[in-house]
Amino acid sequence: MADTEKMIETTKEEAALANDAERTRDCRCYVPRADIRETEEEVLIAVDMPGVDENSVDITLEKDVLTINGTVNTSAPANYSPAYLEYGIGDYQRRFVLSNEIDRNKIEAKVKNGVLSLKLPKAAEAKARKIAVKAA
Amino acid sequence: MYIHRFPGSSMWAELDSLQREMNRLFDNSFSYRRRSAPAFPAMNIWTNEEGALVTAEIPGVDIKDIEISVVGESLTLSGERKPEAVNDNEVVHRQERGFGKFTRTVELPFPVDANKVDAVFDKGVLKINLPRAEEDKPRKIAIKAG
Repeated sequence: MADTEKMIETTKEEAALANDAERTRDCRCYVPRADIRETEEEVLIAVDMPGVDENSVDITLEKDVLTINGTVNTSAPANYSPAYLEYGIGDYQRRFVLSNEIDRNKIEAKVKNGVLSLKLPKAAEAKARKIAVKAA
Repeated sequence: MYIHRFPGSSMWAELDSLQREMNRLFDNSFSYRRRSAPAFPAMNIWTNEEGALVTAEIPGVDIKDIEISVVGESLTLSGERKPEAVNDNEVVHRQERGFGKFTRTVELPFPVDANKVDAVFDKGVLKINLPRAEEDKPRKIAIKAG
Protein backbone atom coordinates (compact mmCIF):
# COMPACT_ATOMS: atom_id res chain seq x y z
CA MET A 1 0.00 0.00 0.00
CA ALA A 2 1.30 3.44 -0.80
CA ASP A 3 0.39 4.59 2.72
CA THR A 4 2.62 2.09 4.43
CA GLU A 5 5.48 3.15 2.23
CA LYS A 6 5.20 6.74 3.36
CA MET A 7 4.97 6.01 7.05
CA ILE A 8 8.51 4.99 7.50
CA GLU A 9 10.19 6.55 4.58
CA THR A 10 13.00 4.10 4.36
CA THR A 11 11.02 0.98 3.62
CA LYS A 12 13.44 -1.19 1.81
CA GLU A 13 12.59 -2.91 -1.38
CA GLU A 14 13.60 -6.51 -1.85
CA ALA A 15 15.55 -7.31 -4.96
CA ALA A 16 14.22 -9.64 -7.59
CA LEU A 17 16.92 -12.00 -8.71
CA ALA A 18 17.98 -12.58 -12.27
CA ASN A 19 16.85 -15.87 -13.77
CA ASP A 20 15.35 -16.90 -10.43
CA ALA A 21 18.80 -17.98 -9.30
CA GLU A 22 19.30 -18.12 -5.55
CA ARG A 23 21.96 -16.22 -3.73
CA THR A 24 24.69 -18.08 -1.98
CA ARG A 25 24.70 -15.69 0.96
CA ASP A 26 22.01 -16.41 3.47
CA CYS A 27 20.59 -12.95 3.95
CA ARG A 28 18.14 -10.63 2.28
CA CYS A 29 18.98 -8.54 -0.72
CA TYR A 30 17.60 -5.06 -1.12
CA VAL A 31 17.43 -2.61 -4.00
CA PRO A 32 19.29 0.53 -2.90
CA ARG A 33 17.92 3.93 -3.79
CA ALA A 34 19.85 5.79 -6.44
CA ASP A 35 20.01 9.27 -7.87
CA ILE A 36 21.07 9.62 -11.47
CA ARG A 37 22.16 12.87 -13.01
CA GLU A 38 23.63 13.60 -16.37
CA THR A 39 25.78 16.41 -17.62
CA GLU A 40 27.35 16.84 -20.99
CA GLU A 41 30.57 15.29 -19.80
CA GLU A 42 29.46 12.43 -17.63
CA VAL A 43 26.74 10.53 -15.86
CA LEU A 44 26.72 10.63 -12.06
CA ILE A 45 25.06 7.93 -10.02
CA ALA A 46 24.76 8.13 -6.22
CA VAL A 47 23.57 4.99 -4.45
CA ASP A 48 22.52 4.79 -0.80
CA MET A 49 23.99 1.66 0.74
CA PRO A 50 24.36 2.08 4.50
CA GLY A 51 26.71 -0.43 6.04
CA VAL A 52 28.90 -0.70 2.98
CA ASP A 53 32.45 0.56 2.60
CA GLU A 54 34.90 0.54 -0.27
CA ASN A 55 35.98 -3.04 0.40
CA SER A 56 32.54 -4.54 0.47
CA VAL A 57 31.14 -3.07 -2.72
CA ASP A 58 31.59 -4.84 -6.01
CA ILE A 59 30.95 -3.12 -9.31
CA THR A 60 31.08 -5.07 -12.54
CA LEU A 61 30.42 -4.07 -16.10
CA GLU A 62 29.45 -6.82 -18.45
CA LYS A 63 28.35 -6.04 -21.98
CA ASP A 64 26.10 -3.09 -21.30
CA VAL A 65 24.94 -3.94 -17.81
CA LEU A 66 26.49 -2.29 -14.79
CA THR A 67 25.91 -4.38 -11.67
CA ILE A 68 26.42 -2.93 -8.21
CA ASN A 69 26.66 -5.41 -5.34
CA GLY A 70 27.17 -4.33 -1.77
CA THR A 71 27.64 -6.70 1.13
CA VAL A 72 26.89 -5.85 4.70
CA ASN A 73 27.68 -7.39 8.06
CA THR A 74 24.27 -8.76 8.92
CA SER A 75 24.98 -10.32 12.28
CA ALA A 76 22.71 -9.21 15.10
CA PRO A 77 24.44 -7.61 18.09
CA ALA A 78 25.55 -10.27 20.55
CA ASN A 79 23.78 -10.64 23.89
CA TYR A 80 20.88 -8.44 22.89
CA SER A 81 17.37 -9.43 22.10
CA PRO A 82 15.32 -7.49 19.59
CA ALA A 83 12.79 -5.12 21.13
CA TYR A 84 11.54 -3.19 18.12
CA LEU A 85 12.87 -3.68 14.63
CA GLU A 86 11.77 -1.40 11.84
CA TYR A 87 14.18 -2.22 9.11
CA GLY A 88 15.93 -5.28 7.86
CA ILE A 89 19.63 -5.53 7.25
CA GLY A 90 20.92 -7.15 4.14
CA ASP A 91 22.97 -6.90 1.01
CA TYR A 92 22.29 -4.55 -1.86
CA GLN A 93 22.11 -5.16 -5.55
CA ARG A 94 21.11 -2.99 -8.45
CA ARG A 95 21.69 -3.21 -12.18
CA PHE A 96 21.72 -0.46 -14.75
CA VAL A 97 21.93 -0.65 -18.49
CA LEU A 98 24.47 1.80 -19.84
CA SER A 99 24.38 3.32 -23.22
CA ASN A 100 27.43 3.01 -25.42
CA GLU A 101 28.20 6.64 -24.79
CA ILE A 102 30.07 5.74 -21.62
CA ASP A 103 33.83 5.35 -21.68
CA ARG A 104 34.23 2.06 -19.83
CA ASN A 105 37.83 2.58 -18.88
CA LYS A 106 37.34 5.79 -17.02
CA ILE A 107 34.58 4.87 -14.59
CA GLU A 108 35.35 6.11 -11.07
CA ALA A 109 33.75 5.04 -7.83
CA LYS A 110 33.95 6.38 -4.28
CA VAL A 111 32.24 5.35 -1.08
CA LYS A 112 31.63 7.72 1.80
CA ASN A 113 29.30 7.27 4.78
CA GLY A 114 27.48 4.46 3.07
CA VAL A 115 26.90 6.31 -0.20
CA LEU A 116 28.50 5.06 -3.40
CA SER A 117 29.21 7.78 -5.95
CA LEU A 118 29.87 6.62 -9.49
CA LYS A 119 31.20 8.87 -12.16
CA LEU A 120 30.76 7.59 -15.69
CA PRO A 121 32.45 9.87 -18.17
CA LYS A 122 31.11 9.94 -21.66
CA ALA A 123 33.35 8.90 -24.47
CA ALA A 124 34.82 11.73 -26.49
CA GLU A 125 33.10 10.76 -29.72
CA ALA A 126 29.76 10.79 -27.98
CA LYS A 127 30.27 14.31 -26.76
CA ALA A 128 31.10 15.66 -30.16
CA ARG A 129 28.43 13.87 -32.11
CA LYS A 130 25.47 16.11 -32.40
CA ILE A 131 23.16 15.57 -35.31
CA ALA A 132 21.18 18.54 -36.37
CA VAL A 133 17.54 17.83 -36.86
CA LYS A 134 15.83 19.71 -39.61
CA ALA A 135 12.14 20.06 -40.07
CA ALA A 136 11.07 18.09 -43.09
CA MET B 1 -27.59 -37.58 22.66
CA TYR B 2 -26.71 -37.17 19.06
CA ILE B 3 -24.96 -33.89 18.41
CA HIS B 4 -25.04 -33.00 14.81
CA ARG B 5 -22.66 -30.44 13.38
CA PHE B 6 -24.61 -28.60 10.74
CA PRO B 7 -22.83 -28.23 7.44
CA GLY B 8 -24.10 -24.63 7.46
CA SER B 9 -21.81 -23.70 10.37
CA SER B 10 -18.82 -23.72 8.07
CA MET B 11 -20.64 -21.20 5.89
CA TRP B 12 -21.03 -18.81 8.81
CA ALA B 13 -17.40 -19.25 9.67
CA GLU B 14 -16.49 -18.10 6.16
CA LEU B 15 -18.66 -15.02 6.43
CA ASP B 16 -17.28 -14.25 9.87
CA SER B 17 -13.73 -14.41 8.68
CA LEU B 18 -14.63 -12.25 5.68
CA GLN B 19 -16.15 -9.68 8.00
CA ARG B 20 -13.07 -9.70 10.19
CA GLU B 21 -10.88 -9.14 7.15
CA MET B 22 -12.99 -6.19 6.03
CA ASN B 23 -12.86 -4.68 9.51
CA ARG B 24 -9.16 -5.06 9.63
CA LEU B 25 -8.75 -3.54 6.20
CA PHE B 26 -10.72 -0.45 7.07
CA ASP B 27 -9.14 -0.09 10.48
CA ASN B 28 -5.68 -0.20 9.04
CA SER B 29 -6.29 2.21 6.19
CA PHE B 30 -8.01 4.81 8.35
CA SER B 31 -5.46 4.75 11.10
CA TYR B 32 -2.66 5.20 8.57
CA ARG B 33 -4.27 8.33 7.25
CA ARG B 34 -4.50 9.86 10.69
CA ARG B 35 -0.80 9.51 11.26
CA SER B 36 1.47 12.48 11.19
CA ALA B 37 4.49 13.02 8.99
CA PRO B 38 6.48 9.96 7.98
CA ALA B 39 9.17 8.84 10.39
CA PHE B 40 12.76 8.92 9.32
CA PRO B 41 15.10 7.21 10.01
CA ALA B 42 13.95 3.68 10.60
CA MET B 43 15.37 2.40 13.87
CA ASN B 44 16.10 -0.99 15.31
CA ILE B 45 16.07 -1.24 19.07
CA TRP B 46 17.76 -4.15 20.84
CA THR B 47 17.64 -4.53 24.59
CA ASN B 48 19.06 -6.62 27.34
CA GLU B 49 19.16 -6.23 31.08
CA GLU B 50 22.05 -3.82 30.99
CA GLY B 51 20.70 -1.39 28.48
CA ALA B 52 19.62 -0.78 24.94
CA LEU B 53 21.30 -0.57 21.56
CA VAL B 54 19.62 1.58 18.93
CA THR B 55 20.73 1.43 15.33
CA ALA B 56 19.61 3.68 12.50
CA GLU B 57 20.63 3.86 8.88
CA ILE B 58 21.41 7.41 7.84
CA PRO B 59 23.69 7.24 4.82
CA GLY B 60 25.21 10.32 3.31
CA VAL B 61 25.03 12.43 6.45
CA ASP B 62 28.10 13.96 8.04
CA ILE B 63 28.72 13.25 11.69
CA LYS B 64 28.57 16.91 12.51
CA ASP B 65 25.04 17.10 11.13
CA ILE B 66 23.64 14.51 13.53
CA GLU B 67 22.40 15.35 17.02
CA ILE B 68 21.47 12.85 19.67
CA SER B 69 19.83 13.84 22.93
CA VAL B 70 18.63 11.66 25.76
CA VAL B 71 16.13 12.68 28.42
CA GLY B 72 14.92 10.11 30.89
CA GLU B 73 13.37 7.39 28.79
CA SER B 74 13.31 9.09 25.45
CA LEU B 75 15.94 9.35 22.80
CA THR B 76 15.80 12.06 20.17
CA LEU B 77 17.75 11.74 16.96
CA SER B 78 17.83 14.69 14.63
CA GLY B 79 19.94 15.96 11.85
CA GLU B 80 20.10 17.12 8.30
CA ARG B 81 21.01 15.48 5.09
CA LYS B 82 22.20 18.19 2.78
CA PRO B 83 21.32 17.74 -0.86
CA GLU B 84 23.93 18.11 -3.54
CA ALA B 85 23.23 21.20 -5.52
CA VAL B 86 22.05 20.66 -9.06
CA ASN B 87 24.14 22.69 -11.42
CA ASP B 88 22.58 24.32 -14.39
CA ASN B 89 24.07 21.92 -16.86
CA GLU B 90 22.87 18.83 -15.01
CA VAL B 91 19.79 16.88 -15.95
CA VAL B 92 18.26 14.79 -13.19
CA HIS B 93 17.09 11.40 -14.42
CA ARG B 94 16.19 9.89 -11.07
CA GLN B 95 15.81 11.32 -7.61
CA GLU B 96 15.01 8.49 -5.21
CA ARG B 97 17.03 9.47 -2.17
CA GLY B 98 15.49 11.80 0.36
CA PHE B 99 17.08 14.95 1.73
CA GLY B 100 16.39 17.54 4.35
CA LYS B 101 16.08 17.80 8.08
CA PHE B 102 14.82 14.94 10.12
CA THR B 103 14.01 14.43 13.74
CA ARG B 104 12.65 11.42 15.57
CA THR B 105 11.99 10.62 19.18
CA VAL B 106 11.56 7.13 20.55
CA GLU B 107 10.55 6.00 24.00
CA LEU B 108 12.75 3.32 25.46
CA PRO B 109 11.37 0.73 27.83
CA PHE B 110 13.46 1.99 30.74
CA PRO B 111 15.20 5.17 31.87
CA VAL B 112 18.72 5.59 30.67
CA ASP B 113 21.89 6.89 32.31
CA ALA B 114 22.52 9.90 30.09
CA ASN B 115 26.15 10.24 31.15
CA LYS B 116 27.14 6.86 29.84
CA VAL B 117 25.50 6.95 26.43
CA ASP B 118 27.86 6.58 23.53
CA ALA B 119 27.33 6.55 19.81
CA VAL B 120 29.30 5.35 16.83
CA PHE B 121 28.66 6.36 13.23
CA ASP B 122 30.23 3.98 10.78
CA LYS B 123 29.56 3.53 7.03
CA GLY B 124 26.27 5.36 7.28
CA VAL B 125 24.92 3.34 10.20
CA LEU B 126 24.54 5.03 13.57
CA LYS B 127 24.75 2.78 16.64
CA ILE B 128 23.81 4.24 20.00
CA ASN B 129 24.57 2.36 23.18
CA LEU B 130 22.31 3.37 26.06
CA PRO B 131 23.04 1.81 29.43
CA ARG B 132 20.16 1.44 31.77
CA ALA B 133 19.96 3.77 34.76
CA GLU B 134 21.35 2.10 37.85
CA GLU B 135 18.30 2.65 40.00
CA ASP B 136 16.14 1.02 37.41
CA LYS B 137 17.97 -2.25 37.08
CA PRO B 138 15.93 -5.19 38.28
CA ARG B 139 16.82 -6.36 41.72
CA LYS B 140 16.85 -9.98 42.60
CA ILE B 141 14.69 -10.60 45.64
CA ALA B 142 15.67 -13.45 47.91
CA ILE B 143 12.84 -15.70 48.93
CA LYS B 144 12.96 -16.97 52.44
CA ALA B 145 11.20 -20.11 53.44
CA GLY B 146 8.57 -19.19 55.95
